[in-house]
Amino acid sequence: MTLFGTPVRRTEDHRLLTAGGTYVADLDLPGVAAVTYVVSPFAHARITSIDVEAARTMPGVIDVVIGSDVDLGPMPSVNPAFPETMTRSILATDVVRFVGEPVVAIVAETASQGIDAMAEVVVDYDPLPVVVGIDASATDEVLLFPEAGTNTVMVADGGSDAADVDIEGCEVVVRATYISPRIAPAPIEPRSSASRWEPDGRLTHWLSCQGAHPVRNMIASVYGLPREQVRVICPDVGGSFGSKARSYPEDLLLPWLSRRVGRPVRWTPNRSDDMVGLGHGRSQQQHVELGGSRDGTLQALRVRVVADSGAYPMVGAMLPRNTGMLACGPYRIPAVRWEIQSVLTNTTPTTAYRGAGRPEATALIERAVDMFAAEISMDPAELRRHNFIGPDEFPYDTPTGVTYDSGTYADGLELALRMAKYDELRAEQQERRSSGAQHQIGIGLATFIDRTSGVPGAEYGSIELEPDGSALVRTGSNPYGQGHHTSWAMLVADRTGLPMDRIRVVHGDTDVVPKGGITGGSRSVQKAGSAIAAASDQLVERARQVAADTLEAAVDDVVLDRSGGGRFHVVGTPARALGWDELAANLPEDDALRCEAEIETGSSFPSGAYVAVVEVDTETGHVRVRDFVTVDDAGAILNPLLAEGQVHGGVGQGIAQALYEEFAYDADGNPLTANLADYGIIGAPELPSFDGALLETLSPNNPLGAKGIAESGTIGAPPAVQNAVVDALSHLGVRHVDMPCTPERVWQAIGAAGR
Amino acid sequence: MIPASFDYKRAESVDEAIALLGEHGDEAKLLAGGHSLLPLMKLRLATPSFLIDVGRLKDLSYIRDAGDHIAIGALTRHRDVEISDLLAAEVPLLARAASTVGDPQVRHRGTLGGTLAHADPASDLPAVILALGGTLVAQGPGGSREIAATDFFQGFLETALAEDEMITEVRVPKFGGKGWSFQKFTRRSQDWAIVGVAAVVANGSTGIALVNMASTPVRASGVESALAGGASATDAAAQAADGLEPGADLNASTEYRQHLARVLVRRALEEAGV
Repeated sequence: MTLFGTPVRRTEDHRLLTAGGTYVADLDLPGVAAVTYVVSPFAHARITSIDVEAARTMPGVIDVVIGSDVDLGPMPSVNPAFPETMTRSILATDVVRFVGEPVVAIVAETASQGIDAMAEVVVDYDPLPVVVGIDASATDEVLLFPEAGTNTVMVADGGSDAADVDIEGCEVVVRATYISPRIAPAPIEPRSSASRWEPDGRLTHWLSCQGAHPVRNMIASVYGLPREQVRVICPDVGGSFGSKARSYPEDLLLPWLSRRVGRPVRWTPNRSDDMVGLGHGRSQQQHVELGGSRDGTLQALRVRVVADSGAYPMVGAMLPRNTGMLACGPYRIPAVRWEIQSVLTNTTPTTAYRGAGRPEATALIERAVDMFAAEISMDPAELRRHNFIGPDEFPYDTPTGVTYDSGTYADGLELALRMAKYDELRAEQQERRSSGAQHQIGIGLATFIDRTSGVPGAEYGSIELEPDGSALVRTGSNPYGQGHHTSWAMLVADRTGLPMDRIRVVHGDTDVVPKGGITGGSRSVQKAGSAIAAASDQLVERARQVAADTLEAAVDDVVLDRSGGGRFHVVGTPARALGWDELAANLPEDDALRCEAEIETGSSFPSGAYVAVVEVDTETGHVRVRDFVTVDDAGAILNPLLAEGQVHGGVGQGIAQALYEEFAYDADGNPLTANLADYGIIGAPELPSFDGALLETLSPNNPLGAKGIAESGTIGAPPAVQNAVVDALSHLGVRHVDMPCTPERVWQAIGAAGR
Repeated sequence: MIPASFDYKRAESVDEAIALLGEHGDEAKLLAGGHSLLPLMKLRLATPSFLIDVGRLKDLSYIRDAGDHIAIGALTRHRDVEISDLLAAEVPLLARAASTVGDPQVRHRGTLGGTLAHADPASDLPAVILALGGTLVAQGPGGSREIAATDFFQGFLETALAEDEMITEVRVPKFGGKGWSFQKFTRRSQDWAIVGVAAVVANGSTGIALVNMASTPVRASGVESALAGGASATDAAAQAADGLEPGADLNASTEYRQHLARVLVRRALEEAGV
């Protein structure tokens, strides 16, 4: 009996729910001072003067710092391909480019004294014309960086040769422009960071993030320190969704401020500041042309995606590439061409948010496929069936330039349709349409693929036998809610026989774990899990040798009996056995049993089939999600309980994107949704109970056969709900509603279709 | 999310609260449930230098049968309004509307007097008291006076209360469980109403008030007079937005709010059996 594949409850939760977590803001740091940032109230303006003298005299204020005081370089570029002129100073010096950009740092005894002092800082701004929206940016009439000569951060294209994508020659063509709304990741814990210089000259830096080692490397580089002089600690993290994968200027400045004031410093923004300071996600304009034949065979796809990168190029500027590469979804479309562009606007910079370019791809193709089905009056399930890549076609090279590893797409769809009772739903829909009911129902499908482990980079894991016979596992993958401690202990228990409570997992401290990447892109089980598994296998091999010496037997005759906590014995004589504790006690002093592994894997391609059932009030435009069915195929599932949790959370966020979430700005670049009253975070009352199932088509690309499931919910749910909303209204002539499908937007669409 | 500094005094009696109001003038604010005032203070949109905490004046928390009306103490929590058997029997509209305010935490803190004094046009209960033809009792240094709900709401977050007055009681006429309806349109269940409608049929006439359709809660007078003139519910509801130009925001344009008012008033009248 192995634990792999069984629903093991999270070992993390007892502590989190009883004692509570330890977040950066909770750390007991004697003598710590509070950092507060004065941020720009203008979306685009020249700073003409800054007067901080009055603020300096405020109670509790230790120091006040402006951009020209800071002798550090600019924020390191995310990508060397971005224009060099589009750099960001750690504090704005001459020009501010979005509301929320830090301009002045106040160091005070307490956070409330820092906030009081903010009111005394006088910054004079000379407002500049503001660029809001992709269309305005692309004209280049107003430039964020005049020296760059353009607002465009990058352009790229790929896929089939343009000449081979004969949209015009297709019998049936659908053309549309879709909007992927701008989303605020809004983790429960805002960003939070602290810095302290130690007596030996080393720096300790705490950060709520997705991986300590990349942060250490960046700090060492910006501060000109050897990496071993910097210790980064990532304690408990209250969510991130991709948005805390890299350092932000506000946390990168803390070591500098700490050195300047000679004290530890800490910064934790309030919610309103974090809603505009933390990177945003999505925000694309998608021009789609999908062609095929009237019998439902898809033949050609052309997409042009323009992404809003916000005021400075961050990770978000690179993400439309993911959208282009996955534009053909799970379908056999012989000719696909993609073009992408990222442009700057005077808004919060965009970054990775749960799915990072792949939800955008799925929304694009799933909406287009539904439109195509409507155009030829074919059931959308039937059109999908007709065009799926078959299970015998893997590895499958897409025209977009990636290789899918494995999949059974049709099986997933059939299962989802059965679970949803699709035929009954269609009959109910017909009945409501015939009776002209005020509440119409819509059935929305999304059949999707994801690409996980998409960013190259190995992950590290090690295991060490402690003197008491327990195991210490070091993981380079830094959890922020995923349940790594449970998952890695399951992998180790299966290989060593040790009970889970004899396995301790540590993470997130560069002095304790020698190497590490980030937790992101649904890669952890594939890379970090495989590394832990490999290290555990090595440990068992080493232990067999030690046991053989002790038992005075040949290594090949020694076996590990994994029952009863794990015992080594000679084949056939189980009575004389060595447990892990005895083994540890028998170890020569200089022979620590410690094994480590680093595993790099290729990408894998999870898939899924989701069905959303919505009820639309045709008089008001209000949408309610009535039922939601998920079938996920994420390869081998280590812990179905954790997998289910990932799907639930992701589907909740995905439904939120489809119906509620949109970070909005006015024409002057003022954020309109910078708090949780105005921003559409979803709550339990808005969600139905989910009905889920898992398929397990193994990935050949990693030793565990896993594919990753953490982002499937945010990938599949938005188009499923959006398609359902349009489906509910298609008989009224509605062809498309952009996300989020707000009541007013739905009402407008019904009105426009009726005219 | 940290308010500016302020002084704080817990009043032990209504008289003490009123004396403190007189002493501190417009620098002072009464603190009851705190669910409107404290968020504004944390965002530093409100910076009173003195808070007079009336939240523990237990003798202002009651729901009593007073003959032809129900008397409700100003510091009665929404939750107590929601679960009152007396209100369920005599003024079910008010109990139902109270059950839709915010979430359980808000309802356990927020008070009836507080939400009326704050006078946010997007709040549910001011419109309900208006539709019911309620009366507010205000106490000041010179004693008590009654203010009809129709005279109470004077502008956005502005009321007929003098600087040194506080609401002590709210009186709502009994109408029994006859026709009534509360319609609240939100995107998410715990949001403020985009538009809300409170309707009640009493003594042969219909009172209707609207949430979030103007700078104050307002009576839908066009609908009321159309009904009085014998119009059908559907025809009367078509006049729900007449003369109203509600502001546009992220959730709704002016035009959409007007449309919602017409739809929700019609639904309210249908549910109320008009």
